[in-house]
This record gives sequence, C-alpha cells and structure tokens, in this order.
Amino acid sequence: MNTLRRVGLALIAPVIAIVASVIVTSLVISLSGGSPGDFWGVIFSKPPSGARSFVNIVNQTSLIYMSALAAAIGFRMNLFNIGVEGQYTIGSYAAAAIAGAAIFPGLLNVVVALMAAVLVGAGWAGIAAVLKVTRGVSEVISTIMLNAIAITLYGYLLDRYGEHTGNSVRSTVIPTSSQLGGWTLFSKPDGAIWTLSVLAVVLGIGFWFMLNKTRFGFDLRATGFSQSAAVASGVNVNRMIVISMLLSGGVAGLIWLPALFGQAHSIGPTFQTGLGFTGIAVALLGRNEPLGIAFGAVLFAFLNEQSNRLQLETDVPIEVVQITQGVIVLSVVIAYEVIRRSRARIEQRSVAERLESEVPSGPKEVTA
Amino acid sequence: MSTGTKPDASVGPAARATRLSFGGSPWRGRLFLWLGVVLVISLVRILTDARGLDSAGTIHAAVIATCPILMAGIGGLWSERAGVVNIGLEGQMILGTWGAAYFTYFYNPWIGVLGAALMGAIGGLLHAIATVSFGVDHIVSGVAINIIGAGAAQFLAGAYFTDLEGGGVKQLTGLDTPSNVTIPGLSDSAANLADHHWFVVSDLASLVAALTTDLSLLTLVVVALVAATTYILWRTRFGLRLRSCGESPAAAESLGVDVYRYKYIAVIISGAMAGIGGGFLALVSSSGFTSGQTNGRGYIGLAAMIFGNWRPGGTAIGALLFGYTDSLNLRGEATAVHALLLLIAIGLAAVAVLRLRQRRIVTSTVMGVLAVAFLAWFLLTDAVPEQFTGMTPYLATLLVLALAAQRLRMPAADGLRYRRGQSI
Repeated sequence: MNTLRRVGLALIAPVIAIVASVIVTSLVISLSGGSPGDFWGVIFSKPPSGARSFVNIVNQTSLIYMSALAAAIGFRMNLFNIGVEGQYTIGSYAAAAIAGAAIFPGLLNVVVALMAAVLVGAGWAGIAAVLKVTRGVSEVISTIMLNAIAITLYGYLLDRYGEHTGNSVRSTVIPTSSQLGGWTLFSKPDGAIWTLSVLAVVLGIGFWFMLNKTRFGFDLRATGFSQSAAVASGVNVNRMIVISMLLSGGVAGLIWLPALFGQAHSIGPTFQTGLGFTGIAVALLGRNEPLGIAFGAVLFAFLNEQSNRLQLETDVPIEVVQITQGVIVLSVVIAYEVIRRSRARIEQRSVAERLESEVPSGPKEVTA
Repeated sequence: MSTGTKPDASVGPAARATRLSFGGSPWRGRLFLWLGVVLVISLVRILTDARGLDSAGTIHAAVIATCPILMAGIGGLWSERAGVVNIGLEGQMILGTWGAAYFTYFYNPWIGVLGAALMGAIGGLLHAIATVSFGVDHIVSGVAINIIGAGAAQFLAGAYFTDLEGGGVKQLTGLDTPSNVTIPGLSDSAANLADHHWFVVSDLASLVAALTTDLSLLTLVVVALVAATTYILWRTRFGLRLRSCGESPAAAESLGVDVYRYKYIAVIISGAMAGIGGGFLALVSSSGFTSGQTNGRGYIGLAAMIFGNWRPGGTAIGALLFGYTDSLNLRGEATAVHALLLLIAIGLAAVAVLRLRQRRIVTSTVMGVLAVAFLAWFLLTDAVPEQFTGMTPYLATLLVLALAAQRLRMPAADGLRYRRGQSI
C-alpha cells in the first residue's frame, strides 16, 4: 500500500468523526427546537475578547493534553487506566499541600511539589497495577473504585488540614516566591499562559521518544498489538503492566499543576475536576499518538471555551458541546475500526492477487 | 439468592464457602448464614447501643439506596452474560433519570418508568452498534457512551425543563411518584415490636416493618425484574443461548444461534435496566431529576455485579452492601457508622476462621490482621470521619476483588471482540 493511500486512510477517520458529530449535534439541537445555525455560528466565530480566549484555550489544552497522555500510556498496551481522575486529584492535593507548607524556598519548593505529585499519582495507580499483577483484578474496576476513594480522601484531607473561611475550604496558599506567573502575551487582564504548561510539551516529546526510540516503547506497543506474541518474544508482561501504570499515574499527578502554580495557588474550590475523563476521550480521539492527542486536546479546549458564550448569545444549552465531544469520540473509534477492517481486506486482496500471479511461474522454476 | 439447587461451578464465593463449612443442602447453609448475620448484627446493636444500625428507618433507606445500584448491576449482568462489557451503564442510567422525569411530568410515573427504560435502551442500542456491529473495544465505547449520556441528559434538561413548573436548567422537581404501599396491621405491630429493642426479635421486626411500611411499588418492580432476569437467563432456552454467546460465541454460532441478534437484545435490555435504575433514582430516591444525580452509581452497579460473581443473587448482595453504607451516611447515623466498625471486625474474623479451616493460611492471616485493625479502630475512637463511611463500599469491593478475584469466574468470552464467521 502506498504512502498516499495510507495517509488518506488515517485522515479519513477524524474527518468522518467530525462530520458525524456536526450532523448529530445539529439534529439534536433542531429536534429540541433550537437553531443549529446559531450554535455553529457561535462556535466558529471570533470571540469578543479574542486574546483572552486564546490564552484560556492554550492553558486548557496543556491540562487536557497531559491528562490524555496519562491515559494513552496505558491504552497503548490495552491497559485501561480509567483512574486518571483519582490519580490527578490526589496528586494535585499532595503538590498543593507540600508547596503550601513551604518547607523549601522558592523554586526548590516547586520542584519538590512536582516530585510529590508524580510519586503520589504513580503510587495511587500502582495499587491498581499490583492488584492486577498479583491478584488478577481488572484494572478497569479497581481504578474506578480508586477514583471514588481518592475523591473522598481528597475531601477528607482538605477538610481536616485546609483553611476554612466561611463555607469554603482550601489548602494553604503557596508562598509568593514559589508562585509561577507565566507569560503575558497580551495585556494583563487577558491572563497569562501558565509556566508549567511547558510540561505538556516536554511530556509529549518524552512520550514520543519513549514510544518510538526505546526498547521499553517497543515492548509497550508490541504488548498492545498482541500480548501472546510479546510474551513469546520475551517481554515480561507483568513488569510492563506495573511500569506503564506507574508512568501513567505519575503523568496524571502533574495534570493540574500548571493551574496550581500559575493561577490558583491553592487547592479547593478552584480545583478543576473532570479532566481525567476528558483526557480519556481525547486519548481515544488522538489514537494514543502524541500528535493526534495534541490535535484532540486543542479541539476539546476550543469547543469548551467557545461554548461558554452559548448561554449569552443563543438559547442552546451549553451542554450540547458534551454531546458533540462524545459523538466525536464514538464515531472516531467506529471509523478507525471500519478503516482497519477495510485496510485488512485491501491487503488480503493484494496479497491474493500477487500470489495468483506468482503461482504459475513457481512450478516452472522447480522443473527448470 | 437464586438457583442454588443446581450443583454448578458458578455459584458465588460466599455461597461456596457456606456449603463447605456447613455441608448438606446449600439452602440450609444459606439459611444458617443469614440467621448468623442477623444474630451478629443484633449482638453488635445491643453492645454498642447503636439503634440506627438496623432500625426500620435505616433498612427502609437502605432498600431505596440499593435499588438503583441493583438495577445497574442487573443491567451489567444481561450485557456481560452475552459477552459485552458495559461500562456505559452510568451513561444509560443518566439518560434514564431524564427519561423518567420527562415522561412522568407529561404522563404519569409508570409511563415515566417506561420512559426511563426507553432512554436507557437507546444508550444500550448505541453501545450494541459500536461493539457488536463495528467491533469497537467495549471499554472505549462505554466511556464514549458515558460522555454522551451525561451531556445529552444535561442538554435535554436545559432544552425541555427550563420553562416547566418546578423545572430549571439542571432540574425538574415536584414530580408524581409511583405509589407507596403499607400493609396496615403488619406494619404497626412490627414497628411496635421493633421499638422494644429485644435481642434478634426486634431486629427481624424492624426488617418486617421496613418492608411493610411505605414501600414504593417501584421497589417491587425492581424485585420482580431481578427474579425475571434470573429465570430468563438460567431457566429458558433463550437465556441459555444468550449465555452461550458470552461463553463461546463461535460454538454458539456453529449451533445456529444468531450471535449478533442475541448480543443486541442483551445490550439493549442491559441499557433499559440501567435506565430503570436511573428512573428509580429520580422518582423514588429523590424528589425529581437533578443533573448528575447518578454520581457514579452505574459504575458501582458494575462493581456489585463483579462482587456477585456475575450472578443475580450475588449482585443483589453487593448492591445491598453499597446501598446500606450509603444510607447510613445519608441519614447521618454517626453511632451506627462507628458500630459498623465492630461489625466489620467480626465479619472479617469469621471469614478468617473459615479460611483457616480450609487451610488457606495467607488469606486467613490477612483477614485476621484486618479484623484486629478494625477492632482497634472501633475501640480507640468514638466516631468515624463522615468521608470514610462513603469510602467503605469501594474499599470493600477492592478487598473482595483482591481476595477472591481468582475464584470469580466471568463469562469466558466477556469483553472480547467477535465477528460473524470467526473461528475459535
């Protein structure tokens, strides 16, 4: 199969998915008595505060991207870490608590907090890994349970050790010396791109390198394609499960930290929940590839940001964007599957044709 | 518990343990087990003076909290017995909450329940199309369905409920509910008996009182659906064929079973069951639809089903475990929650002894240590932080999975892709 055809087939799926989601979303809106035109008009128009929206989209993209990376590491070897949500909740709390305690000065404080988040996130994911490897517990169920436990534990810890003001509670604010402002591309009120958003880029490159240039990445992909073949070629699957789960959880621990050090400065009402589930969707959309995920993260961040204006400018409920996102994910995975099948069929046919054309010449060579 | 008379290999771990320890007919073993449970609960109640542990009010709340989880679990059972893992239960349940609210508002609660089933079934159909026809990974499709379900319910609420009486962007309250029944004589006398706080007698009386006072008819429907599921899946030709699709689809197909059709039916019913669970949540557990009110119960239903070893009876016990702790938390029964620690310690100790008799030393030791830890926790503290109570069912499920995962047996082809004409 030539390159052009291959690239074409790879791009068809996202295109089909986006077309399908446009159709379904429009249908849903018009069935409920709204105007699809208004909706798409808002989504594809330039927002009144363009600079501010741009900054928000960049910041959100970085969070969603890291979340999707965390999920993708496991997905690459058919390990379903549904627990990103819990891992980043508990990891974010650890970072906020450590940074708030300010045991170390300035930037060292930030580094220690980052390490704490990675360790706690990895440790939380590690529970699921150990249960899977030693006791054969499905990681899907154990991570769902661990999500619930993590979120309750976070609530307990915050309540117990946080600072109460009125009805709200938050962790101790990080000292100014450890706060990382970010880059103000436009005027000050438009906000800044968080410093630690860089982490998303670094981790993306790291993920690409690990996947394509290291033995571990090769083993990871091999296990994902065929576990039995990987085992036959000497891959220790249990070890792979533990390492990739730890990596996944470690990355998950970092997800919210750009926001923590860049803007929130403490954890509490400002904590952004739900990123873990968004990440799973984006990882699926991006086929667990670093670049594909980047595309998906931008798309989701863009849709989220633009949908904020729906309430003001139309009477279409803002949640319609979730339908759009869900339909994109579902149709993209269906489209990939259809394409995989048709690709297999094309390959089968071309192999069969080649065999047919070669067979007659075969016996001749033997007799000659 | 369901079909225990058949000596098959797929009876839950709890039941197997009883049979090993008591011998004889499994029914007698189970009767002894339940009597033992009541005895221990009663003892703990008297020792700790925590009347909320099994008061009629608590049991009533526990039943209400159990039903949605149970329906999600039964939904999971339908789907997984046909070989399709259904993580989308959560999304189907959310669709059910909206369907129940919409159809109850414009028609009546029973049409509302049907509406909930219909909305859930649509979610199920979506999952079936993706997983059966297109061979998408079951977890992936389920995750997508959960996103769509949550979004769709919120969107539909915003679109349809905003201008209604009692409605808002995220809610619709003041709905009619399915009627409650009270069995006049029995209810009062049982409540009286329960008020005496006698050993065992009052505990059984409060169970009777809870089940005969203000019992929602929808609860009875849930019980009927569980019974029907058990009967259909394990006692009819249709059920046998459906389960064969979950065990060995290729073999089923070679015998003339239309595997795709059975899988479609199973997953659609699965969605409908989860939808009814959502409907129960909106109509009985709370006073209407609120966005996000399922709060992960679909996942918990799935966990209850695994806890119950892919069997209806076990699923019911799992759901009851979740529902009970949930209700204690909701009712703010602080002393009862504290007493629960002692109950857990005794339960763990009992399992430890049982395992020791079976010479499963490691499990027995782990259980023993945990029992001592819980006992120490009970003795050394006066109250449990409220957040921890909420954690209990999740921790319990993890623990059960960790200790019994090898003895759980899921359908052999559960979660695997299957294409028509595929060889084994």
